[in-house]
Amino acid sequence: MSVLSLSKALNEGMRKAMEDDSKVLIMGEDVGKLGGVFRVTDGLQKDFGEDRVIDTPLAESGIIGTAIGLALRGYRPVCEIQFDGFVFPAADQIITQLAKMPMRSLGAIKLPVVVRIPCGGGIGAVEHHSESPEAYFTHTAGLRVVACSNPADAYAMIQQAIHSDDPVIFFEPKRRYWEKAEVDTSSADWWTPLDRGRAVRPGTDVTLIAYGPMVKTCLEAATAAEEDGRSVEVLDLRSLNPLDTPLVMDSVRRTGRAVVVHEAPVNSGFGAELAARITEQCFYHLESPVLRVGGFSTPYPPSKLEEHYLPDLDRVLDAVDRAFGY
Amino acid sequence: MTLEAPRGAEAPPELVQLLTPEGERVEHPDYDIDLKPEEIRSLYRDLVLVRRIDLEAVALQRQGELGIWASLLGQEAAQIGSGRALTDADMAFPTYREHGVAWCRDVDPVKLLGLFRGVNHGGWDPKEHNFHLYTIVIGSQTLHAVGYAMGIQRDDATAATIAYFGDGATSQGDVNESFIWASVFNAPIVFFCQNNQWAISEPLEKQSRIPLYRRASGFGFPGIRVDGNDVFACLAVTRKALADARSGQGPTMIEAFTYRMGAHTTTDDPTRYRVASELEAWKLKDPIERVKAYLFKNELADQAFFDTVEGEADQLGADLRRRCLAMPDPRPLDMFDHVYAEPHALIDEERAQYAAYLEGFES
Repeated sequence: MSVLSLSKALNEGMRKAMEDDSKVLIMGEDVGKLGGVFRVTDGLQKDFGEDRVIDTPLAESGIIGTAIGLALRGYRPVCEIQFDGFVFPAADQIITQLAKMPMRSLGAIKLPVVVRIPCGGGIGAVEHHSESPEAYFTHTAGLRVVACSNPADAYAMIQQAIHSDDPVIFFEPKRRYWEKAEVDTSSADWWTPLDRGRAVRPGTDVTLIAYGPMVKTCLEAATAAEEDGRSVEVLDLRSLNPLDTPLVMDSVRRTGRAVVVHEAPVNSGFGAELAARITEQCFYHLESPVLRVGGFSTPYPPSKLEEHYLPDLDRVLDAVDRAFGY
Repeated sequence: MTLEAPRGAEAPPELVQLLTPEGERVEHPDYDIDLKPEEIRSLYRDLVLVRRIDLEAVALQRQGELGIWASLLGQEAAQIGSGRALTDADMAFPTYREHGVAWCRDVDPVKLLGLFRGVNHGGWDPKEHNFHLYTIVIGSQTLHAVGYAMGIQRDDATAATIAYFGDGATSQGDVNESFIWASVFNAPIVFFCQNNQWAISEPLEKQSRIPLYRRASGFGFPGIRVDGNDVFACLAVTRKALADARSGQGPTMIEAFTYRMGAHTTTDDPTRYRVASELEAWKLKDPIERVKAYLFKNELADQAFFDTVEGEADQLGADLRRRCLAMPDPRPLDMFDHVYAEPHALIDEERAQYAAYLEGFES
C-alpha cells in the first residue's frame, strides 16, 4: 500500500505500463522536462528518454494525428491534452479518424491510443480551462470514454486504458489531482474492469449517479443526507461509453429514485442519456422522474462565478429533496 | 482583387522534367534516371492499366454500379512514378484518388471499389500492402504518415513513408501541422502533393499565392516541383526524396505539377467553372502519350507490344466489371462489427435488439 495523490497515481500507473511494454509512449505539450502542467508525467522523460516521452509541437490535432500514425506502426501512445478546452483542435482527428479507422479497416487496424484530458472546474482558472466535454465523445461511436474519481482507480484505470486495444478518452478530474488515498500497487487483483462502474456507497432511498469530480461531492451529499434520515446510494460510473447499465438499473430499481450529477451543462449532457435509459428500463420502479444536476446552459463562467455554476453539496441535496417531492 | 499565380498549361521554369510532352528525353543536373527498356515498357503498361481501371470505374458509376468515383485521369504519371519509387518496406498514405499508387502496392483493383459502391469504408489490410486506407477528410492522413514515420525512427528501420495529398489540402491545418512535426522530428517522410490545379471548383490561386513547393522552405525542408505528367521525372525525384528520408536526411515536399483531366468526382460538373481550352492544352501533355512516343521513336517497343498492353487492359477492365457486379452486399448486422476491437456492451445490446427486430419480418 502506498498513499498517492490522484496525479501521482496516474504517474505511477503510466510508469508501470511503460515498464511492462516498450511500445507505450507518452506524447503531449510540456509532458517531458516539465512533467506536464499538472506534473502528471513528472520524471517519466528522465527515466524513459525523449523517444518515449515526447514533448510535441503545440498543436493538438498533430498530437492525435501522429499518435494514430504511431499506433499504426505498433506503438501505444498516451496523449495528454493540456486542458479540456484545448481538445477541440484535435476533435477532427479524434472523431473522424481515431474513432472510425478500425471499422474502416474491417478490423485490420487497432488503435490503442489513450487521450488523457484533465477536465472540470473548481480551480479558479481562466476561460477554456474548466470544461467538461465528455458528451461530445460519448456521442462518437468507436471511442471508449472513462473518468476516474480517486487515486486507486486512477492508478488502475490508466493502465487498463493503455492495455485496451480500443481508443480511450480518459478524463481526469483536475481539481482532485492533489487528493490522496491508499493505493495497492502490488497487484491487479482488486482492479474493477474498465467498462464497469461501482457503487461507492450503498443506500436504499435514492441513487446518486456521478463520475469524475462529482463523485466526491455526491459522497459528501450522501453523508449529509444521512443526517436527515435519508439513505443515499452513490454510483461512480467510471465508464460512460460503454455504460455499466446493469449497475445503474439494479440500483434504481431498488431505490426508485435517481439523480444524475455532472459538471457539464444539463442540456444534452450525459445525464440526458442516463435519464432516458433509466426511464425506459425502470419505468415501473420509479417513484419520481430522473432529476439532473449540472452546469447551466451558459459558457463556463468567469471563475468568480464558478461556485454558482458547479453543482455543490447543497444543489445535490436540493435535487435529492425534490426527488422525494413527487 | 485578382491574384495571379502560375497555373494552367504554362510549365513554370522550376519544373523538373526528364521527358517532354513530345517524348524527348532531357537531362536535369540534379535528377537523372537510368531506365532499362523493359522498365520503361513496364511503366507504360502501369500507366495504361491504371487509366483503364479508372475508365471502367467511371463507367460503372454511370451505370449505377458505384455510388461515386474519384477519377485519376491525367494523374497517372504522378502516381505510377512515385508509387514505383517505393520499396516494400515503405508505407504510403493515400487520399481517395490514389488508384495508381494502389496498383503499385498490389492492392486488387476490385478492393478499391468497395467504398465507392457502398459495401464498406475500405476493403484492404493496410499492413499487407504497406498502403493505408483511403482517407476522405482532406489532409488528415498526412499526420498519420508523420506519426508512422516517427515509429520507423523508433524502430531503427530503413524505410520511409509517403503522404499523398492535393493542392487544396495544402490549406488544411493538419497538413501544415504535419510539415511542422516532420521537420521538428526530422521524420523519414516524403510529402507528395499532386497539384492538379483544381480543388473541386477552386483554382490554385484560392489556396496559395506562391508555388506550393516553396511552402516547404518555410518549414525547413526542401521542396521540389516536378512535371507530374512525366513518369520518369516523378520516379527520379521521388526515389531521391525517399532515399534521403531513409538515410536520416528528413522530409522532402514534392509538388507534382499535373492536371485533373476529369471531374473532381462523378458528381461534379467542371463545365461550370473551367474552360474547355484548358483541358485541350493539357491533353497535349498527356502522361501516357509521351512515353508511347518515346518508346516508338527509340524503337524500344513495337506495335505488338502496344497491342498486347491494350489487350491486357481490355481484360483487366472486363474482369473488374465482372467482379464489381459480383461483390456481395454487406449483411445488416455487419455494421456492428469492428466498431471496437474488444467486446462492447452497447454494441452487443444494439446488435441483439436489431437482430430480433429483423427476425420479426421472417416467416
